[in-house]
Order: sequence, then structure tokens, then C-alpha cells
Amino acid sequence: MSEFAVEMHNVTKVFGDVVAVDHVTMGIRQNEFFAMLGPSGCGKTTSLRLIAGFERPTTGEIFIDGKPVGNTPPFQRDVNTVFQSYALFPHMTVEQNVGFGLEMKGTPHAELKRRVMQALELVRLPHLATRYPHQMSGGQQQRVALARALVNRPKVLLLDEPLGALDAKLRKEMQLELKTLQREIGITFVFVTHDQEEALSMSDRIAVFSRGKVLQIGTPLEIYERPNCRFVADFIGETNFIEGTVSEVRNGFAVLQSNGRTFVGRAGENVQPGIPAVLSVRPEKVQLVEQPATSVNSYDVRVMSVAYVGSDTRVVVRLGEQDIDVWEQNSVSTLDPNYFFAPGETAWLTFPPENALILTD
Amino acid sequence: MMQLFRRHPQLQAAALMFPGAFWLIAFFLIPLAIMGVISFMSRDALGDPAPPYTLNNYLDIFRDVRFNPSISLDGGFTVRLIEGLYVDLFWRSLWLSLISTVITLLIAFPVALFMARLPRRYRNLALFAVMIPFWTNFLVRTYALQFMLRGNGPINTLLRALGLAPIELLFTPTAVMLGLVYGNLPFMILPLYTSLEKFDWTMIEAAQDLGANAWQAFRRVMLPLVSPGVVAGSILTFVPAVGSYVTVDLMGGGRTNMIGYSIAQQFSTIANWPFGSAMALLMMIVVTVAAVLYFRSSRGEQRTIV
Repeated sequence: MSEFAVEMHNVTKVFGDVVAVDHVTMGIRQNEFFAMLGPSGCGKTTSLRLIAGFERPTTGEIFIDGKPVGNTPPFQRDVNTVFQSYALFPHMTVEQNVGFGLEMKGTPHAELKRRVMQALELVRLPHLATRYPHQMSGGQQQRVALARALVNRPKVLLLDEPLGALDAKLRKEMQLELKTLQREIGITFVFVTHDQEEALSMSDRIAVFSRGKVLQIGTPLEIYERPNCRFVADFIGETNFIEGTVSEVRNGFAVLQSNGRTFVGRAGENVQPGIPAVLSVRPEKVQLVEQPATSVNSYDVRVMSVAYVGSDTRVVVRLGEQDIDVWEQNSVSTLDPNYFFAPGETAWLTFPPENALILTD
Repeated sequence: MMQLFRRHPQLQAAALMFPGAFWLIAFFLIPLAIMGVISFMSRDALGDPAPPYTLNNYLDIFRDVRFNPSISLDGGFTVRLIEGLYVDLFWRSLWLSLISTVITLLIAFPVALFMARLPRRYRNLALFAVMIPFWTNFLVRTYALQFMLRGNGPINTLLRALGLAPIELLFTPTAVMLGLVYGNLPFMILPLYTSLEKFDWTMIEAAQDLGANAWQAFRRVMLPLVSPGVVAGSILTFVPAVGSYVTVDLMGGGRTNMIGYSIAQQFSTIANWPFGSAMALLMMIVVTVAAVLYFRSSRGEQRTIV
């Protein structure tokens, strides 16, 4: 068994004059929950379709379990797909839908029956075996689509925005269920999504796509805490950007000059003195204080707006020409309105250098 | 008026239905009923329909029937169990119509598939192209087809130019078949296209993803899902084919007889209206039964068990 369930080696896919996937190289490990995350049109769905075999790479090679699959048609690949629209066969019952893959492989009737029921039990739908897809809710159809793919015991399960059509509550439930399912059956899940929260909460690792390229691959922690470029920092979670020029790089930290102010943060990839760069600092990683601090990264600001949202208070402050978001956790239980900053007040914005990243643009 | 309709929605429905209902009752149901009555009449001294009422017209259709199982290549490939002048006619009509429907379907399906796969902006153009023949009178088009098949027409001229022997095409069952397929093609393409255009191609990907090869994906997923179009097209093709007259007359030249042509003769040259009416009604019943059976079987198609 190869270390990787799926590998893409320098894969490019061109449609007409559009480069949908641009020299993508990545390895998806065995039994890993892997998310491909990015905005629409970033190449994540095309990458999934390349792995499934619905599209052939223009250049490059794809390996499934260590074997090249260049010319293997989809019906001979050891992967199964859960489609965004589910693509259940409307003229077949749930049982027939789930049994279709086994039937195509010529599985004996008794074994087919048994495995179909097993798969339906896995998604907790055995009581609906004789229903037609149109007689079921979206969440149930989603589960049938899952059972229909899993019953074939693929090496890799490909999921194309499988939760996109569900309402928020059902979505949360299914996220948990998918994650549990993946641990139980222990196969590789490759999951396409544009929802960063979904990707963060479910995945072992995430590949962030933009314009056909993979910008960063890493664990949710790495992607959130150490984004390697401005796009990733911006796309995953919320952040504040301050643009400027790098004046110094030392011991893994960099100094950024911006409108006469000096900022210090962790130096990102390829950050060198003299180049334009951005400081990225997340709203929950900055603080507002009343007394001027003496340390670095301390600036006087004016409070523009204050919104109390329960778990935290979201303050917008103005630093020079620019608005900065500050999320202060409400770790103290108080009814005193004076405890909070009010619009119009002045305050000091501060954050330790370890909380900020200086990234190339 | 508007107020009246608002208070009595049934009145509004009746008003909307009236023109169509009137038309069908006055010009379809009443004439059909009259024909039904005539089919039970005898003929007077002048040959006009008149009482007494009798079953003879229907019995005459089956008068000469005898048991004679055979397979013949005459008039298209025919398998039959019983023999008789009019029974043969019925059987041959159904048989030729069935074969022409199958041929039409086989030709129309790829065309409709191609049209449905075209980029959206070209689809209307393709639809338009399919309908262009309707701009010319069917009779004129059939004469043009006759010209094509003549002994010294373009086809035989081409064959001769290639050093091959000319073939006799016109006034053969093959010519009737060609005419039927040609005339019915648009009526098959249009409903097929409508079904195929709505077809969700992700279904094919899903089938292939689950291990189906191209044929299995077509047979198990696509065909059942587009079967409404296949059924509609087949009925729109088969029913008129059974009763076709112009094509049989011009392409068959009276030598390849079909039931519609024979009925027309009963009403015109032979002037036996009661017998013609009986044949026409029997044909209607047979075709209706055939269509219903076909509907039923195609329903079953969509419910195959794993």
C-alpha cells in the first residue's frame, strides 16, 4: 500500500483558453479526511473530477493508491463520488440506487441484498429501502447518496460540496456524522467545500485553492495560525491587513513600516527587507487598553463602533486612515456598561509580535 | 362578466373549455358516432347506407380467415398465424408501421441526442431545421421522394454511374417504408429532444462512477429516464403510420396495400360506406389497444427490480 491514497503530480487541466487546474501537486494520505477549499472557480471541483476520472488531465499524472490512472475510465477506478446534487436515480428505489454499483460488478444477489442493508444501516435509513428519492427529504437523499457510494467499499470517497444544499442545522449534524463515519470505516475522504468553517472543523488537512493553484496544504491549525500568503489569511477566518514595506528581518520576525508607524510580526515565506508586504493580525488576537503600553505594536486609536454579541464584543477602531476589527472576549460577567469602550473614546491598540504575521502580497 | 367569473369559478372554467370542447364534439365525436352507426347498416339499391342494422360488416372482415402459420418476406418481413384478405391487410399495416416506427426511432434518437447536447444558442436553430420540411406541402414532398426513387431518378442514375445494376425501388414495400420513416421523423425527433434536453447528465457520471460502462449507463439510467419521450414519439409515429394513405398511394402505387388505403377505397371507388366504417372503427380499436399495451410495458420498464 502506498503512503498516499491519491497523488497529483504537476497536474494541469485546460478547458478552451481557461486553465482550471494549474500545475497542482499534492498527496492525500491514506485514511485522511482531506478538504479542498477555495472560492468558486478555483479548481477544487475540477481536481475532484480529475481524481474521479470524469476529466482527463491536460498534462501531469494522477495516482490512486500508488498506481497511475491516466487512461482508466471512471467505472474502473476504485473511487466513488457523492455528487453535489446527489444524482440519485429517480426511477429506482433507495435499495436499487444503493445496489446499483454492486449489481454492475455482478455481485451475487444474496450478498448484494446483505451489503445494501448494511450500507443503509450505516446511514440509519434501512426503514426507507423501498422509497423513491423524490419521497425523501434533502438530508435523507444525502445519506442515500453516501450509502450508494460507500457500499462499493472504495479506497477513496470523493465528496463534492455534499452539504451545500442542506439548511444550517442539518449541515452541522451531517458534518459531525460524516466525520464519525469516516473514522468508523477508515477510508480516505476527499471533500470539496467553499465553506472554511466546515473545512476547519472536519478535516485532518486542508488544501487551499485559488485560480487553479494550490496555495497551501496543512492542518486546520497551520492554515489558520500560519497562512503562507495574503489570500489564505484573508480566505480563512477574519483578519486585519496593514500594508507597508519591510525594513528588517531578524530571528524569524520582520519589521514593517506603514504610514510612519512601525509594526513587528512573524516573518512569512519569502519576506525580505525592502519588499512591499502586509501585516495580518486576526481580530481576536489584538487588545484594546486604556493606558499607553510601552512595548512594541502599541498605537493610539479612536473607537468607531461597539457591538456586544454575547460571547464577545466586536469593536471597530480607527488607526490612521484604516479601520481595524477587535474582538474582545467577554470573560468577565458584568452588567456595568462602563466596563466596555464607547464610540468616540480613544484607546490603545496592542498585540504581541507573535500574534501577527508579515506576508508577501 | 369578470365578477360573475370570480363568484363562480366553474363558469370561468366552462367558458375557457367551450371552444375546444365544441370543436371536438362537433367535428370529431359526432362524426365518429355517425360512422359507428353506419358501420352497422346495410346498403340500399343505390349503394347508400340504409337499415336494416346488421353485424355483417364486421363479420365480413373475418369471413375468409383460415389458420395458416407462415413466415414471408413479401411486403417486409412478416410472421403470421392466420390468413385472410382483410386480416392480412391489418396485420401487414401493423407490421409495416411497427418496423417503420423502430427505424424512425433508431434514426431519430442520435439526432435528438446531438441536438440536446448542442450549446444552448444552437439548439433553437437545430429545432428550426427539423421543422423546415413542414413549410412544404406533404403531398409535394412525397412526389419529390417519388422522383428520387424512379427508375431513371437520381438514385438509380448514381448506381448506374458506379457501374451497378439499377434497383426497382418505387412502388415497393421498401418505398412505402422509406416514405413513412421520412414523413414521421420530425414527430419522433421533437418529443425525444424534449426528453433528452431535460436529461441530467450527472446521472450518467453517477452511473459510471458506480461501475457502469457506457452501454449499461445508457440502458439502465438514460433510457428509463427518457422513456416518456420514446413512448410519445413512438405513438405519434406508429398511429399515423397504420392509417397512412398518401404515402401508401404514392410510394406503394396501389401494389403495397395498407389498411388506411383500403378504407379510403371503400369510401371512394368501391362506395361501400358501411364496410369502410366497420374497418375504420376496428382499426381504431386495434391501434388503441396496441398503444395502451405499449404504454403499460414502458411503465414496467421504469420499475425493474434490482
